[in-house]
Amino acid sequence: MAKQYETVIGLEVHVELATKTKIFCSCSTEFGKAPNTHTCPVCTGMPGSLPVLNKQVVEYAMAIGLATNCEISKICKFDRKNYFYPDNPQNYQISQLYLPIARNGYVEIEAGGRKKKVRIHEMHMEEDAGKLIHDEWDDTSLVDYNRSGVPLVEIVSEPDMRSVDEVIAYLEKLRMIIQYLGASDCKLQEGSMRADVNLSVREAGTEEFGTRTEMKNLNSFKAIARAIEGERERQIELIEEGKAVVQETRRWDDNKESSHAMRSKEDAQDYRYFPEPDLVPIVISDEWIGQIRARQPELQTEKLERYKKEFDIPEYDAKIITGSKHMADIFEAASAICGKPKKVSNWLMVETLRLLKDQGMEPEEISFSPENLAKLVDLTESRAINSSVAKEVFEKIFAQDIDPEIYVEEHGLKTVNDEGALEEVIRKVIADNPKAAEDYHSGKEKALGALVGQTMKAMKGKADPGLVNRKLREMI
Amino acid sequence: MDITGLTAVELGKKIKAKEISAVDAVKASLDQIERVEKDVHSFVTIDWEGALKRAEEVQKRIDDGSLTGPLAGVPAAVKDNICTKDMLTTCSSRILENYKPTFTAEAVRNLEKAGAVIIGKTNMDEFAMGSTTETSYFGVTRNPWNLKHVPGGSSGGSCAAVAAQECPYALGSDTGGSIRQPSAFCGVVGIKPTYGTVSRYGLIAYGSSLDQIGPIAKDVTDCAAILTAIASHDPKDSTSIERKGYDFTSALINDAAGMRIGIPKDYFTEGLDAEVKEKILAAVRVLEERGAAVEEFDLSLVQYAIPAYYVIASAEASSNLSRFDGVKYGYRTEDYEGLHNMYKKTRSEGFGAEVKRRIMLGSFVLSSGYYDAYYLKALRTKALIKQAFDRAFDKYDVIIAPASPTTALKLGHSLSDPMKMYLGDIYTVSANLAGLPGISVPVGTDSKGLPIGMQIIGNCFEEKKIIRAAYTLEQTRTYERPKLVKDLAEMKRKEAENNGKAI
Repeated sequence: MAKQYETVIGLEVHVELATKTKIFCSCSTEFGKAPNTHTCPVCTGMPGSLPVLNKQVVEYAMAIGLATNCEISKICKFDRKNYFYPDNPQNYQISQLYLPIARNGYVEIEAGGRKKKVRIHEMHMEEDAGKLIHDEWDDTSLVDYNRSGVPLVEIVSEPDMRSVDEVIAYLEKLRMIIQYLGASDCKLQEGSMRADVNLSVREAGTEEFGTRTEMKNLNSFKAIARAIEGERERQIELIEEGKAVVQETRRWDDNKESSHAMRSKEDAQDYRYFPEPDLVPIVISDEWIGQIRARQPELQTEKLERYKKEFDIPEYDAKIITGSKHMADIFEAASAICGKPKKVSNWLMVETLRLLKDQGMEPEEISFSPENLAKLVDLTESRAINSSVAKEVFEKIFAQDIDPEIYVEEHGLKTVNDEGALEEVIRKVIADNPKAAEDYHSGKEKALGALVGQTMKAMKGKADPGLVNRKLREMI
Repeated sequence: MDITGLTAVELGKKIKAKEISAVDAVKASLDQIERVEKDVHSFVTIDWEGALKRAEEVQKRIDDGSLTGPLAGVPAAVKDNICTKDMLTTCSSRILENYKPTFTAEAVRNLEKAGAVIIGKTNMDEFAMGSTTETSYFGVTRNPWNLKHVPGGSSGGSCAAVAAQECPYALGSDTGGSIRQPSAFCGVVGIKPTYGTVSRYGLIAYGSSLDQIGPIAKDVTDCAAILTAIASHDPKDSTSIERKGYDFTSALINDAAGMRIGIPKDYFTEGLDAEVKEKILAAVRVLEERGAAVEEFDLSLVQYAIPAYYVIASAEASSNLSRFDGVKYGYRTEDYEGLHNMYKKTRSEGFGAEVKRRIMLGSFVLSSGYYDAYYLKALRTKALIKQAFDRAFDKYDVIIAPASPTTALKLGHSLSDPMKMYLGDIYTVSANLAGLPGISVPVGTDSKGLPIGMQIIGNCFEEKKIIRAAYTLEQTRTYERPKLVKDLAEMKRKEAENNGKAI
């Protein structure tokens, strides 16, 4: 019988923090600007420039540390990681090795119906590098330092994950926590969240870890899943062939769905870490930790419970809505305005999810305002518009965030509640359709439906169908 | 009027009194530079036109009353590792031979706010690595007291410029003695302030945890006035410390009554030149006569200061200098194949031997497997040295030491034996390791006519005590200047005669 293998996975997750300015200077962190426009002597490593730590970075890191059950270091320091590469203007990166800001934490994940803790070894703060652009045509490379000095935290897990599902659950959990804290938008595609996967395999039932490899360049959950499967197979194959797994860093190519070795342990660079002499140690008092803890927003699990209790939202719905901080924010804001959380939840759960799915969008991409959703709920509940009009209006809100009150007004979509006008139309409909009236009288209930339809058509859809039904019965 | 013979504060007073204009002052400096620079070579860059233009602007602000400080209108020189916007800042290195900073160092900005007119950038040991100003890519600076001797280093250009009266004062930087030792060799006064007193923003780093900018001038009064101008709490430098007061001139008191002076026995043993020792002990006796209580004591750990210093400074330097790679600015090799080769050739050609030696030393002590044995041990030694000084300052107000074991050595003497050169820093590096302020004051000359300097070290933030001691001492003797400056032509004629005889 073939041997059974267990995959052992640990992750190093880099997260770009959502500060307005960079970690060591006051340049903007804004993404996608013209090359080298958000730069200064500090983030381009000009001689004589000195770093000054952005306090917000420390506070975000503390918040993430606390939310992931880490111990916050009372004294933490920065260290220099020395290596030569043009995207790194000083040829050293300011990072933390000896005294990182947070250690010994965990997050709870749920995968395959099982709950489990993934331990966090440590989390540290560091600066991002610039971006190299290779011009193959001209055989030159250009550097854009806009990203140089953007603050990052690196969260290093213990090798506690055993499957793709657990890895994805862990990443989603981290993403959720960090988004809820407002510390980052955690977009894998844009690189504001990046994961390196450390993976080894071992025969099921054994204790000892196998030799691990590290995989880089994974920029989507799908790529991570494929890379893990691919690397697991590759390592098992080597072992089955009696060969050894080499400790190395591998680069995943998602187009080829395979990885190749970047550098082996022997070529591993000696980063010559040493304490950064240009920055003083950060002393973190219990008081400061207390302040950050007090400011900590409600996280997903707490929100979910509250939605169930406070708003009587079913577990399934509450999970979906709180599954995106953005959607939860819209839910709470719209509910607060219109006072009808269940109705708001319905719009999110049915129409919003449908449109997101149709258009292949993520909940983070919802662009309508809670105010307009709340107005729509009010318009529907007051029967000012009927439900089919409401759906039509919602599509406009979803697409362009229009003000439904103005839109309904401008397009004359309001339900007509003038009974006199309605009666007049009904009289005409009955007169024009004597056959249907006759059928109804002879007991064909269905015939009424046709008359309702005719009436609605004559009213251009703006009548309340219930009222039309009642009036027809009276008048026929 | 002998403008160049005046001290900075004297000149400032005359400018304020409208006896001399800022432009006259700059012209006098430039004239003197023209006379002596080809022999002394204190400068890497002289801003002939810019200096005059700035002097005119400063004079306008003096006239309209917006500049009133003691240094307003007084010319100054700046060591070439301190950034000056749009003015070459080379660190006396080929790798920065064409580098013009986009910003001005905070210390220089402070000087400019005080009305200083920067006339140029002074020569130094390449990246401040050296004690003789011989490692400069742009050629050696000579000691104005005797052109066959070195001016000391690494702020040799700044000290020689002041001694040769090319400018009334200059800024230097001190990582292991680079202000105090050349001040001693050139017979001028230099202060290395407490670490964190003068902003390092714009100082091109050598050993970041040890570097401090400080004043170099003809007398203690000038140094106190300049330090008052340049010291500040700078939020751009995280190691800058907010101090209670920044006026150091209030310490210019001619009295040593009640002052407790400690003399570390270990500093006055073998290795110290007899003439240097004699003159320093004589100066100590002067202070004793002026009311100070003098006592010898064991400082301990003295022999560990040099190795600890060279490990820490080189380690930091190896990282600090890695940004000079030919990618963004400065020198880039002409022919190369690919990135790695460009790095390698640029740095091989761009750095001199001493800089390479320290980069290699620093890289070695930080490499994995050696970090604990060298770098961490050096950090522990640094902490112990600080403790030894803390204990000493429980008992003494100031500590007196030589600034150097000898007077200025002959040109070429040190380069052949770097170890010997390193050991010459024995009396100065401890103040950097412990972050302490130190001042070097002239206490006479040796039998060869070369100046002898004495160092007064104070506890952290106690610049005022060392200034007071130095000032009291200075008041007992007249300022000596190198005869050479006036008699350069004469000296050269004699030299030629001697050479003629030899033939």
